[in-house]
Amino acid sequence: MNSANPTSGHLDPEPLIAGNQTFRSVTERVCSIVEAKTPPIWFIAIGLAGSLAILLFGLIGYLVWEGIGIWGVNIPVGWGWAIVNFVFWVGIGHAGTLISAILFLFRQRWRTSINRFAEAMTLFAVICALIFPSIHVGRIWAAYWMFPVPNQMSMWPNFRSPLLWDVFAVSTYFTVSALFWYVGLIPDLATLRDRAKTKLRKIVFGLLSLGWRGGNRQWKHYELAYLLLAGLSTPLVLSVHSVVSTDFAVSILPGWHTTIFPPYFVAGAIFSGFAMVMTLGIIARRIFRLEDFITVKHLDKMSKIMLVTGMMVGYAYACEFFIAWYSGNIYEQFTFMNRAFGPYAWAYWIMVTCNVVVPQLFWFRKVRSSILALFAMSILVNIGMWFERFVIVASSLSRDFLPSSWDYYSPTIYDVGIFVGSFGLFLTLFLLFIRFLPMIAMSEVKGVLPQANPHYHQPAGTHGGSR
Amino acid sequence: MVTTSGNPVGIVAEFDSPASLLHAAESLRDAGYRRFDCHSPFPIHGMDRAMGLRRSPLGWIVGMCALFGASGGLLLQWWTSAVDYPFVISGKPFFSYQAFVPVTFGLGVLLGAVAAVIGMLALSRLPMLHHPVFHSDRFARFSDEGFFVSIESSDKRFDSTETRSLIESVGGRNIETIAD
Repeated sequence: MNSANPTSGHLDPEPLIAGNQTFRSVTERVCSIVEAKTPPIWFIAIGLAGSLAILLFGLIGYLVWEGIGIWGVNIPVGWGWAIVNFVFWVGIGHAGTLISAILFLFRQRWRTSINRFAEAMTLFAVICALIFPSIHVGRIWAAYWMFPVPNQMSMWPNFRSPLLWDVFAVSTYFTVSALFWYVGLIPDLATLRDRAKTKLRKIVFGLLSLGWRGGNRQWKHYELAYLLLAGLSTPLVLSVHSVVSTDFAVSILPGWHTTIFPPYFVAGAIFSGFAMVMTLGIIARRIFRLEDFITVKHLDKMSKIMLVTGMMVGYAYACEFFIAWYSGNIYEQFTFMNRAFGPYAWAYWIMVTCNVVVPQLFWFRKVRSSILALFAMSILVNIGMWFERFVIVASSLSRDFLPSSWDYYSPTIYDVGIFVGSFGLFLTLFLLFIRFLPMIAMSEVKGVLPQANPHYHQPAGTHGGSR
Repeated sequence: MVTTSGNPVGIVAEFDSPASLLHAAESLRDAGYRRFDCHSPFPIHGMDRAMGLRRSPLGWIVGMCALFGASGGLLLQWWTSAVDYPFVISGKPFFSYQAFVPVTFGLGVLLGAVAAVIGMLALSRLPMLHHPVFHSDRFARFSDEGFFVSIESSDKRFDSTETRSLIESVGGRNIETIAD
């Protein structure tokens, strides 16, 4: 406990939340988004996103009916866009957990304004991710074979396969993220309950908030539960993408069979996830006028994290080339020359440009404080990270050991439709979330206001306190 | 002051800042009160000590459940792969414990996280959809900007006049009697 009084003076740290907020104004600002009349733009947005989501489900229906032959997958490229999209979406999710769990353990109090919607983003991204391997199995009615369910064939799944580790890692990740998100929501749901004007809202939020009374006898368990969930999620989030990378690394294919994959994938996941948080955050703060909560400083800090993780990814690209040369393995050497100069060179150089070159602009403070530049860069990074997974999957599979089995892979209209549709599902869920639930964690933001500190003394002549 | 039908079960008083709530909790603790609670929109640093509360036992519950999940996961993989359905795959041993690490870890985390949530709710006596404090109209402000103390009349030290004057002396306002 420090007793520094945030009274006026130039030595004070800049506040995390701008605009001289009070507890009251935080509640008002965040709840008003949920309680006000639905803005027309929301209907337009959900109309578009919802149509794409319907496209997704329609195409999945056709896929189940017709089989995965409608995709561009062939032999040798049996994985295609489905697995590219799976890895892409799981990666996006990682930023949410990093913000909610790892930054919490590191006591980064600025995370409070962005953690709620970043966690929501995680959940929705993981939902999109889970769709792809499930439909990629082809015979979707046999998908339960992946779970250790006693069955009439008296068979058990093969626990020595990384694909099965994936089933456990990603479904655990989804469950834990959902629990973490819900625990964080409970006090805010109580706020909505206590402000509810209609009977329906009273009942719904009354049930969802479980009767939360905000007593310290509840807070003390709540805070420990939050800490424990953060502690459990931290190794989990690092392990999930490591396990995803073992889907590749445990195989013997040149370009996949490397030990750098787990850390390389985790860094890439955080990189792409922060890009998505940035994209969504910039749109949300603009539409809902949340500039006081998601400040330029928040975007600045996120840019720095993206700079660091982007450089890690760049280092991994270089390291792969070095090891291919240094190992003396001709197949490995061929694979990497083929990546950079073969039939997929276009994809490789898009990846390098978006993931290694573009983030270098984050070195400049001018760029880090320009909303427009950050928005454009965050989208470029997302594109680059999708291409990274495409390069890994397509270039390695299409040219393995035997030239007689080589083939070029290109997607069909159904690959494209399902990928675009998954964005529709993601955005539909996100729009429903920002319409009906508080997108900023009110109780946490109030906790980082200066007047939340029991040693706070009101500056003379102002009334910034609880009144 | 509120008059609700039914038996009085306690009082609720409002405070104007985290500091005064903390101070009230210390005074109640020192006066020997046990069955009281301090309600706030966010957790207040130092409140556990001010109220004389012990550390939450949740860590032990979560630790045990995570251990149970992890050992159950390892047992499952050993029994299915090495006992019930031994099958040679790429020449690996039936009990390939290295390959069983991810699922063992995953199930440990899963059970630990579920235990953290269920344990937290159980220890906080939630879900409890109704509680007498909700009879107070002012009390709803706890989730917005209000700081409240609630004292149950079942507390041994509770006395309808003495408790009230103690609360007033530490800065409590809008004192209400709560009935069930």
